[in-house]
Amino acid sequence: MGMIDVSKLVFEYIRRDEDGNVEGITRAVDEVNLHCKGGEFIAILGHNGSGKSTLAKHLNAILHPTEGTVLVDGKDTMDENEIWNIRQSAGMVFQNPDNQIIGQVVEEDVGFGPENMGVPTKEIWERVEESLKAVGMYDYRKYSPNKLSGGQKQRVSIASVIAMHPKCIILDEPTAMLDPMGRKEVIRAVRALNDVEKITMILITHYMEEVVYADRVYVMDKGKIVMSGTPKEVFSRVEELKSMRLDVPQATLLAYELKKAGLPLLDGILTRKELVNELVRLKGQK
Amino acid sequence: MLREITLGQYYQTNSVVHRMDARTKLIATFAYIISLFIRTNIYVYLIAAFFLSVAIIACRVPFKHIVKGMKAIMVLLLVTVILNMFWTRGEVIFQIWKISITWEGLRIALFMVFRLSFLILGSNIMTLTTTPSNLTDGLESIMRPLKAIRVPVHEIAMMMSIALRFIPILMEETDKIMKAQLARGADFENGNLIKKAKSLVPILVPLFISAFRRANDLAMAMEARCYRGGDGRTKMKPLHYEGRDYLTFLILIIYLAAVICLGYYVPKFW
Repeated sequence: MGMIDVSKLVFEYIRRDEDGNVEGITRAVDEVNLHCKGGEFIAILGHNGSGKSTLAKHLNAILHPTEGTVLVDGKDTMDENEIWNIRQSAGMVFQNPDNQIIGQVVEEDVGFGPENMGVPTKEIWERVEESLKAVGMYDYRKYSPNKLSGGQKQRVSIASVIAMHPKCIILDEPTAMLDPMGRKEVIRAVRALNDVEKITMILITHYMEEVVYADRVYVMDKGKIVMSGTPKEVFSRVEELKSMRLDVPQATLLAYELKKAGLPLLDGILTRKELVNELVRLKGQK
Repeated sequence: MLREITLGQYYQTNSVVHRMDARTKLIATFAYIISLFIRTNIYVYLIAAFFLSVAIIACRVPFKHIVKGMKAIMVLLLVTVILNMFWTRGEVIFQIWKISITWEGLRIALFMVFRLSFLILGSNIMTLTTTPSNLTDGLESIMRPLKAIRVPVHEIAMMMSIALRFIPILMEETDKIMKAQLARGADFENGNLIKKAKSLVPILVPLFISAFRRANDLAMAMEARCYRGGDGRTKMKPLHYEGRDYLTFLILIIYLAAVICLGYYVPKFW
């Protein structure tokens, strides 16, 4: 039994016109299977409307499956009695940093989750301190969230989730509204938490550079999972990704083009460093 | 610019008044305001002024910050004074044509000035020394007994604190929308009042839509963090009374007793 077991998940929503008549049914998620073990870093990629956010909301019991089952830490999200346990063990970070911070001061926001769980006051303070330190925001604990940058706000949101001591964090496009600096900050924090605290991370994004470090990548299109594997495996299928209007990391794209032009490069180059090493190796051979 | 806005008007110093429990301050302010409106005479106002000056000195907020709030009621104050001075019947001390000033009018006008300015100054001290989040916590705690008659006390307090959190965000957004509409040729400056009011519609509509979207997101984020109402919730910053609070209550009781004694049992001299 893994941390998250999604099997044959189907989610449909009904489109209605202005008078409330049914216009049609949209299948946002279609027969998705996804399994992940504790401590893994999983990335879900997909273009707008591919159903990746809908899938994410199932992992936190915000949405319930039309068909199929979602087990989080062995608990079924359809089980009313387990909803709060599921939400505690699978925390969620959303896209818009402003719309998920509840407290008027950073530390109060981080304390909000533990307060809801009924954690004793003294322990709340310990948790707030440790989780703010884990994302490097402890110095800002007395600040108003309005005075922070986007990347800092998202790190606070991550700290707020960590304070609930989850086993798994689902990040639903946490970097979509950030500038490149903020994106780096957030991804660095996510990776550190995965490495050090061994928290399972499920990162949903459409930025390719962010998924390079994932253990496994799933690519979604039109509600289905169309590709899965390690980043190397997935990104070596450049043509397929392009047909789904997804970009590949720049280094991978360059390697791909070079290879097409006749250079005997290896498959699965993801970062600039790997590309440089590979080119140096080739030059050495000549 | 808008990021700098601090809500309420909290002024940070580390005085006794700042460290006092929010409930103490709320109750004291409320009692003080009531004391100004029960039977009063000059002695009551003297002692009220004394009580107020003790509070002003104790809170260590610069006096000009406390007085700032008076500007807003200057007009009201003036109108009250004029109305009371000229329209009260009694022993005439001064008369030109049909306008006359009476002793009684002068007395009531003066008392009205005391009453209103003490009221504003007193409540200013409370808002200057208490953070908005502390204030909502205090209100929630004081109103808790109302839960027995099904008043959703926790929900009201939560709504207040969320509103406080989102006011700066929505102001920033208003600013953005306004600029966007200006860029599309909207005119907010010219025209009469009705036209100006109408020109606000293209700001309000997007603002409302975005506010609802934010509310929806926030509700989801709160649920994702296990929020399920006030039951079974613990507090990160629980309120508890300490020595200074009990001392304040003692002083408050003495003050109220003095006010009632002076108001009811001292013969009216003025």
